Amino acid sequence: MDVKTIRRRDRLYPPLLAQLHDPPPCLHVRGAVEILSERAVAIVGARSCSSYGVQIAREAAREVALAGVVVVSGMARGIDGEAHRGALAAGGRTVAVLGCGIDRDYPRSHADLARRICEHGAVVSEYPPGVEPAPWRFPARNRIIAGLCDATVVVEARERSGALITADFALELGRDVFAVPGEITSALSAGTNDLLRQGAAPLLSARDVLFALGLEPEASALPAVSGAAGTVLAVLADGARDADEVGRLADLRGSDVAAALVELELAGLVAGAEGVYRALTRGTNRAVRAPA
Amino acid sequence: MLARALTHALVGLEARPVEVEAHLQRGVPGFSIVGLPDKACQEAKERVRSGIASAELEWPLRRITVNLAPAGLRKEGSGFDLPIALAVLAASRQVPPERLAEHAALGELALDGRVRPVPGALVAAEAARRAGVSRLLCPSESAPEAALAGIEPIPVRHLAEARAYLRGTFEPPPVEPIRRSANGRHPDLAEVRGQERARRALELAAAGRHNLLLAGPPGTGKTMLARRLPGILPKLTLEQALEVTRIHSVAGLLPLGQPLLDRPPFRAPHHTASTAAIVGGGSGPRPGEASLAHQGVLLLDELGEFHRPALEALRQPLEDGFVAISRVQGQCVFPAHIRLVGTMNLCPCGARGDPVAECSCSPQRLASYRDKLSRALLDRFDLVVVVPRARSRELGAPGEPSAAVRGRVEAAAARERPALSPGAVQLLDRAVDSLPLSARGRAKVARVAATVAALAGEETVMPEHVAEALSYRSPSELAAWT
Repeated sequence: MDVKTIRRRDRLYPPLLAQLHDPPPCLHVRGAVEILSERAVAIVGARSCSSYGVQIAREAAREVALAGVVVVSGMARGIDGEAHRGALAAGGRTVAVLGCGIDRDYPRSHADLARRICEHGAVVSEYPPGVEPAPWRFPARNRIIAGLCDATVVVEARERSGALITADFALELGRDVFAVPGEITSALSAGTNDLLRQGAAPLLSARDVLFALGLEPEASALPAVSGAAGTVLAVLADGARDADEVGRLADLRGSDVAAALVELELAGLVAGAEGVYRALTRGTNRAVRAPA
Repeated sequence: MLARALTHALVGLEARPVEVEAHLQRGVPGFSIVGLPDKACQEAKERVRSGIASAELEWPLRRITVNLAPAGLRKEGSGFDLPIALAVLAASRQVPPERLAEHAALGELALDGRVRPVPGALVAAEAARRAGVSRLLCPSESAPEAALAGIEPIPVRHLAEARAYLRGTFEPPPVEPIRRSANGRHPDLAEVRGQERARRALELAAAGRHNLLLAGPPGTGKTMLARRLPGILPKLTLEQALEVTRIHSVAGLLPLGQPLLDRPPFRAPHHTASTAAIVGGGSGPRPGEASLAHQGVLLLDELGEFHRPALEALRQPLEDGFVAISRVQGQCVFPAHIRLVGTMNLCPCGARGDPVAECSCSPQRLASYRDKLSRALLDRFDLVVVVPRARSRELGAPGEPSAAVRGRVEAAAARERPALSPGAVQLLDRAVDSLPLSARGRAKVARVAATVAALAGEETVMPEHVAEALSYRSPSELAAWT
């Protein structure tokens, strides 16, 4: 394993990270060191998450990565892992910050993900090889995630989720914090909705965070779709539905609904998970507000 | 004095000829059976002795040796009782030996001399025909089954009847020819309301011999749907029905009064089933559930609860359509051309996928549940459908009855396999580029698309057929599982 170590006085030490009141004295890095100093957005969230959270995390990471911005997350299960996957799927760059020794792949099921992150970015830790993962190391890890990034997006978090600690660090540093609104009845979104009440900016599209960074991504034109697909898209605009409901509301046969859903999926306008299909907000961004 | 009778020993799905030799000699009266009999066969001694006494025949007071040749082949089961008794009677000239030599025999004896049915009458009858023996003395219950082999079964209810027949003083009743029954005992699809997508997937699975995975929260009708698949399968041809009957006969599972199984079988083993119970096994290999479901449906309800080795053992039969079981003595091949239907919840607690419930599974528990189903196994499912919770207001109208669906399935199955149009190939290429779709996945989608086209009565596969087929691929329905 090829591990590089950078210290605070090194030229490659990320300047944003140095603004922390207790910056790590040294960083151990697998992969490309120089991208740590580039413009980055943290996309974080809880390990237990819904298919809604998974899709939003993946889609947001995809768009951020497509804009050339580095996606930073914690390589945990759930939202973190999806953020990395979304960035990798878009051919973008991503950084994973570990809460254990740099040589550990934790969780082990993400060993393959870690390898891919190293190829297209970097895996970072303040701990030398051999340090075991421990619960009290993860909040410390979260300060590095917040410190490396210009903005932090919390996708889905319960109350008292670790992702909220990342948001607190970002606020202390005076960085932008975005939260993805969820249903007020969903416990999985209680933490993010609470962040919104406290004044975090709502993330209605990945473009919100890109605007905050001063980037102006072009609104991609809606790809042309067939008539049936258009009807299905209109139905899904009112909320996520399963295929049978779509067929009933759009008054289409099951086989036509199936074909239309695949057409929309290939066009990147719809994502399906566990039988429920959801319209993605890409290209249909509404008014953008700069965060307070 | 020496006499011979012909019978058969089961080796897998095959019946090997066995010659039963009975020799009477002077000396201390005694009875021994040699030639590798198993416990059940060894105990034939007691049944034969009592059977002969009950038939009011004479037990020869000699030293009796019975040899089952070839002596190197293991003999299992109780089907040797009748031939052993007849050989002993022939050796003591109570039945004419030359007449016995024209027959094969099979059956278990009761202590009162009645003849009881044993497994494998059909394969024994077929082996007798191949050996050039045209008559089989068999229990009267097994006679219709033996008649399927194209030989003349001699149904006997009692040892005394067998003796009277061989002496020419009794004529057994003729065996009634088998009428093929109508396909109609499986539960009907009309009882399922709503669930359009799952019904469509069932139809595709029936028409194209695809394996189907139904996922979703509990209580949405996954099992109910799966149980209705056999009812929409095309009727079996006579040859297929014989294959199915042979397997069930060897397993001793033929229902009384139904000698020919001419409906697609349906097997639903419990999730505690062992590997050998699923794919077959044992020292004298017996067919497992996969083979018993040959030409029909194997339902694995609660797929995630099955032992992992049992599931992994299914991969080879799903690919090849047969199970090969190797033992030191040789190899047995059981056909296992099945449609596999699996059902499962989306998580251990079952709440996932249900809009009104919240999943309480920890990420670790979820991960271990998913790890149990290897990708290689999930890959064997051509169609994956999540069965949603139907809202009460949608449960109104009854669905289409099975008979109507079966009509379409039979028409599609009879049609030639449609070829891919250039547009369809283009869409497949695009899907491979932009979706997580492997080469195997692509081939599966192409096969399902051909079924979609065949059901639509088209001669070529159009892009819309490919699009529908793509919607049943596993990553779309079980996104979090990839």
